[in-house]
Amino acid sequence: MSSKSYIRRPNRTLQIYAAIFLIVLYVPVLFLPLFSFNDSIYVKFPLSGFTTQWYVELFHREPVWAALMNSVKVGVTTSLIATGFGVFAAKAITRYRIPGRGPLVGFIMLPLVVPGIIFGVALLVLLSQLGIPLSLYTVTIGHVIVCLPFSIATLIPRFEGFDRSIEEASADLGENAWWTFWRVTFPMVFPGILASLLLTFTVSFDEFIMAFFLSGTDPTLPMYIWGQLRFPKEFPSILAMASIILVVSFILVFIGQWINRDAQAKTLANEDKK
Amino acid sequence: MTQNDAYISIRNVNKFFGSFQAIDDVSIDIHQGEFFSLLGSSGCGKTTLLRMLAGFESPTSGEIYIDGQPMSDVPPHQRPVNMVFQSYAIFPHLNVRDNIAYGLRKQKLPKNKRNELVDEMLELIKLPDYGDRKANQLSGGQRQRIALARALILRPKVLLLDEPLGALDKQLREQMQLELRALQKTVGITFVFVTHDQEEALTLSDRIAVMAEGRDLQVDTPTRLYENPLTREVASFIGTMNFFDGKVTGISDGTADVDVKGIGEVSTTNFGPRLRPGEDVCIAIRPEKLNLTESEPQQMGNKVQGLMDKAAYLGERSHYYVGLDGISHPVAISAQNRQRAEGTPEEKRTVWISWEDNAFVVLEKG
Repeated sequence: MSSKSYIRRPNRTLQIYAAIFLIVLYVPVLFLPLFSFNDSIYVKFPLSGFTTQWYVELFHREPVWAALMNSVKVGVTTSLIATGFGVFAAKAITRYRIPGRGPLVGFIMLPLVVPGIIFGVALLVLLSQLGIPLSLYTVTIGHVIVCLPFSIATLIPRFEGFDRSIEEASADLGENAWWTFWRVTFPMVFPGILASLLLTFTVSFDEFIMAFFLSGTDPTLPMYIWGQLRFPKEFPSILAMASIILVVSFILVFIGQWINRDAQAKTLANEDKK
Repeated sequence: MTQNDAYISIRNVNKFFGSFQAIDDVSIDIHQGEFFSLLGSSGCGKTTLLRMLAGFESPTSGEIYIDGQPMSDVPPHQRPVNMVFQSYAIFPHLNVRDNIAYGLRKQKLPKNKRNELVDEMLELIKLPDYGDRKANQLSGGQRQRIALARALILRPKVLLLDEPLGALDKQLREQMQLELRALQKTVGITFVFVTHDQEEALTLSDRIAVMAEGRDLQVDTPTRLYENPLTREVASFIGTMNFFDGKVTGISDGTADVDVKGIGEVSTTNFGPRLRPGEDVCIAIRPEKLNLTESEPQQMGNKVQGLMDKAAYLGERSHYYVGLDGISHPVAISAQNRQRAEGTPEEKRTVWISWEDNAFVVLEKG
């Protein structure tokens, strides 16, 4: 007899599946850092030698930094706006009796499944009809639309996770809706807000299709990278940059998830104690 | 303004959630300094009524007055009431001290004055050293006290309590009942207490409103509710009761004579003003008001012979079920075991049931 319970016992098949899954998912990605340290402008095996010259080269290329700054500006603005809207949307969805709540949430989540190219074209048509010149501002508008569902999806569980009588208690103790939000709601959903900021920033930072349709003369970083793919000589330093972005993105998402999970685990622990 | 001395006056309040009627024309007056309970099973509207006092729900029609002021247009944060929530709703991101001081922000007190007030409260709830604890480091009973302190520090005119003892285990609950009652006497604030536990309501309250299906069935003192329930619903909700069918044969000098099925002629002074001779009525008696004897009790005038059906020995008391001619359900009798019991009485043995005058209560129909 095994001392392990039915549900906890090790499952060999599942372990192998998980291993294959992770390999298929991440090995292709790992080629980027691998070749970014390869001493050759051609991406092919065998590797010819170790170098950091592509990284060094990267640091001397002005347009890269300009594109990076554009992406950071768009990303920060997008994450702030999307998360701001997300907080109010998530609060409204979880706290008030809204007629047609289901379809409403569906429509908000729609950008997740509608192909970016369709949204991109649609926005491009709209903006050109309105006579608005394309710029980083228009890219930001596109990104907010793309990011809003991510923000709301991150925040809804936070709002659902806490007892609404806590907000009622604040009202009961004399605070109006504004102060209740700042003294109770905001601190309690703060980990979710942080996670949403990080996630939406990452989504915006990586986004290509909307940026492709909606940017003017200033490229975002993904657009710049795409433009450089035509020049074989530039390719290794693109690999270097992609590697850096990969690491930074991974760290940001990881931090976001970790903050939120930690808080959720705490909430659950509290529920258990009751 | 209401014309009487009621401190809280609930006037003809109705509440609909869509087509569901949660509150059905309720009018209740609550006096200042009273410990008032709303008692009923779940879904009877007691919590809805409490939430209307707090301002979280508004009446569909009718009006609630607190200290003479109509409350319809007063939002929760401006009402002179505070609430202890069923889940306690302690702010999890604040420590005990900040939880208790939460409502003091508007009073703009100097810091030392504020701390003084919080210390007083911590003293009152007997948790003087817990100020720096986080909410998640507290037990259920401690959370409950902090929820109390957080509400009481604002010196509300009325304290609303939504089943505050429901989440506690039996022993702690009994201890908290005593403390709650003592606390209410100390602070002298009007308490409105919601519970489904009839024993708790009887122990704590000055007066109780028994509710069912959104209506207030009877508002009375614990003793009156127990001894003189007006309707069968109230009688069966509070304690156990034996019900019989009967017919009123005559009413004179405040005494009604009722021909009770299975019992015979019974006269009692406990009946409502609407009772008419010739009426079919429900008449009831508490199990402990019936005496059980093996031989015919000579000194008792009110008696009937029956057949012992079942007996249950419960230590301090025993429950007997006795079958009577002409009725299908056995009559429940509860007797204290004053003498040492020598085994349970045999079943299927003839016994005598007797009762004092006026032990029966005539109930109103419906």
